[in-house]
Amino acid sequence: MKHVVELRNITKTYVIGEIQVKALRGISFGIAPGEFVAIMGASGSGKSTLMNILGCLDQPTAGEYYLNNREVSNLSAAELARLRNRELGFVFQSYNLLPRLDAIHNVELPLIYAGVGLAERKERALAALERVGLTERAKHRPVELSGGQQQRVAIARALINEPKLILADEPTGNLDTASSLEIMQIFQELNERRGITVIIVTHEEDIAAFSKRILRFRDGLLIEDAPVVGKGAATHEISR
Amino acid sequence: MKFLDNLWLALDALRSNLMRSILTTLGIVIGIFAVIAMVSIGEGAKSEITGQIEALGSNLLTVTPGRVSSGSSIGAFGSGTSLTQDHLALIEACPSVALAAPEVGSNMSVSVGKTSMITNIIGTTGPYAQIRNLGIERGLFFGTREEDAASRVAVIGAGVAEELFPNQDPIGLSMKIGNVKFTITGLLASKGQSGILSNDDVVYIPITTAQRRLLGARRGQLRAIYVTSKSEDVTDLAVAEIEQALLRDLKDPEAFNVSNQADLISVVEDMTTTMTLLLACIAGISLLVGGIGIMNIMLVSVTERIREIGIRKAIGAQEKEILLQFLLEAATLSLLGGLIGIALGATGAVLLSRALGWQAVVSIEAILMASGISLMIGLFFGVYPARKAARLDPIVALRHE
Repeated sequence: MKHVVELRNITKTYVIGEIQVKALRGISFGIAPGEFVAIMGASGSGKSTLMNILGCLDQPTAGEYYLNNREVSNLSAAELARLRNRELGFVFQSYNLLPRLDAIHNVELPLIYAGVGLAERKERALAALERVGLTERAKHRPVELSGGQQQRVAIARALINEPKLILADEPTGNLDTASSLEIMQIFQELNERRGITVIIVTHEEDIAAFSKRILRFRDGLLIEDAPVVGKGAATHEISR
Repeated sequence: MKFLDNLWLALDALRSNLMRSILTTLGIVIGIFAVIAMVSIGEGAKSEITGQIEALGSNLLTVTPGRVSSGSSIGAFGSGTSLTQDHLALIEACPSVALAAPEVGSNMSVSVGKTSMITNIIGTTGPYAQIRNLGIERGLFFGTREEDAASRVAVIGAGVAEELFPNQDPIGLSMKIGNVKFTITGLLASKGQSGILSNDDVVYIPITTAQRRLLGARRGQLRAIYVTSKSEDVTDLAVAEIEQALLRDLKDPEAFNVSNQADLISVVEDMTTTMTLLLACIAGISLLVGGIGIMNIMLVSVTERIREIGIRKAIGAQEKEILLQFLLEAATLSLLGGLIGIALGATGAVLLSRALGWQAVVSIEAILMASGISLMIGLFFGVYPARKAARLDPIVALRHE
C-alpha cells in the first residue's frame, strides 16, 4: 500500500449565481500510512473544502482522489456514506455529538449504521471510551461533559469502526490550552502507538507542532509541504 | 441499520417531545375515534331498525296514498288523500288478503285533569292490533261492537299511561281527547324507542269514533291501510291483487303505493348506509386535518434537527436510513393515534348503544381499516418531510446552527 490518501490535480469550483469561485485550483499530494499531517492556511485558503473532499462529504470538480488506493471522486452518495462510516473517522471543531444521547450511545452511532448488533455495539463503544479515558462518563450526556471531554467522546466515536485515517477539523478550536494539549496527546498516541494516519486542520502553530508534516495552503493552492523540525518542543509541552 | 434500531429511535424522538407528540396525535385520535364511532353507531342503528321491521312479519303490507291525481286536486282542501273506506273493502275482497285495517289519525291533545300531552291519535278497527302485532298488557282492544256504536273507548300506549296515569292502573279510568271524554279499555305493552320516536306515545280509538267526533272535515280519508297476506308465500300475489283492484278504481298507478316489508327494509338500509357514509366522510375530514398536523410537526422536527441529520450523515448514515428514521417517526405517531382512536371509538360506540338499548356493532373490518388508514396517513404525510431530511447536504447540515 503506497498511500492512504492521494490527490491528483484536484480542483473544486463553486458556482454562486454568475460568479465562479475556485476554492481549490489543482492540488496534488500523497499521505503515507502512519503520517501525522497538519493542514494550515488562512480562512478562504481552501482548507475546509479540501477537508470535505478528503472526508468524502463533498466531491471534487475535477481530479482524482484515491482513498486507500481506491478512486473515490466519482462514487455515488450511498457509497460515499459507506466510506465515511467504515474507512474514516471524523473529529469536528464543535464536537458534533447528539445532545439527547449519552456518551456511550453517541460513540456507538456509527456501528448502528454499520449494522452491528446491540451487544457488540455496547462492548465496542465501552472499549473506545476506555481508550480516551472516559469509561466513568459513559452515561453522561454532552451537556454534562466539559469541552475536552466532549471532544474525547467524539474521538472515541471516530475510532469505533477502526479506521486507518482520522480527519480532524480544528479539533482544539473551542478548547482551552490544557484541554487542547490533552486532545493532541490522544491524537499523537493514536498515531504513534496504533499507526493511525491523522490529518488535522489548524490555525495554531503550536498545535501544528504536534504533527510530523505541515501542508500550507493559500488561495486554493498548496504553497508549502514541509516536515516539522524541532519536534521536541511539542513533546516537551505534553510532559509539562 | 436495523428496523428495531429505527423504531427505538422514533419512539425516543417522540418521547423527548412528549407534549408536542401528544398534541399532534390528537388530530388522528379524534379523526379515527369519530370514524369508528360513526360507523359503529350507523351499523347499530341499521340492524336495530331492520330488526324492528322484520319483527313485524314479512306478510305485512302497507297501502298508502300516493300522488294526488290532477282531477281531484281542484276539489276541496284535504281531498288530496285518495284512500277511502271503499278501497279498504276492495282490498278485503282480494283472495290472498287475510286481514286489513284502516288508519286515520292526527296529533291531538290528551288530558286527565290538569295533566295533558300531545300525542298521536290513531283511529282504526279491531284487526289492527293483530296486523301490527300490538301487545296488549291489560284490558282489551276494541272490536266491531265499539266501532258500530262509535263508542268513546281508547286503548293507550305505555308512554301515555305513564304520563297521564303515573303509578295507576288506567283501565276503566277516563281521559279527554280534545274535548271529548273517553274511557280507557286497554293498555299496550311497551315497544320501546325506534330512533328518537317513542312507539309508546300513541292512543288507539275506533275509526268511527275518530271520524265522527274528532277529525271533522278530514274524516273520509285514510292515512294508510295495513294488510296481512294469508301467508308469506302469497305476499307478492297479494300485492299484485291489491294493485289491480285499486288501479281499477283510482285509474292512476301513482295515486297509491303498496309496499311490503322487504321494500321497506331495503329503503331503510340504503338510507342508513348513506347516512353512515356521510357521517364517516365528515369524520374523515378530521383525519385529513390530523394528517396535515403530522406533516407540519414533522417539517418542524426536520428543521430543528438539521444538525443531527448532518452528524448522522457525516458518520455514515445512508439517505434511505435517514428517510426511514423520519418516516417511521411519522408513521408511529399516526399509528399510535389510530390505536388510541380505535379504543376510544369502540368504547364510545358500546357505551352509546348500551344507552340506547341497541346492539353495538364494532366490526373487525372497521378496526383493521382504521389502523391501516392511520398508518397510511402517517406514511403519506411523512414522506415529504422525511425526503427533505434525507436529501440534506451533509456539509450544509453540519454548518447549520
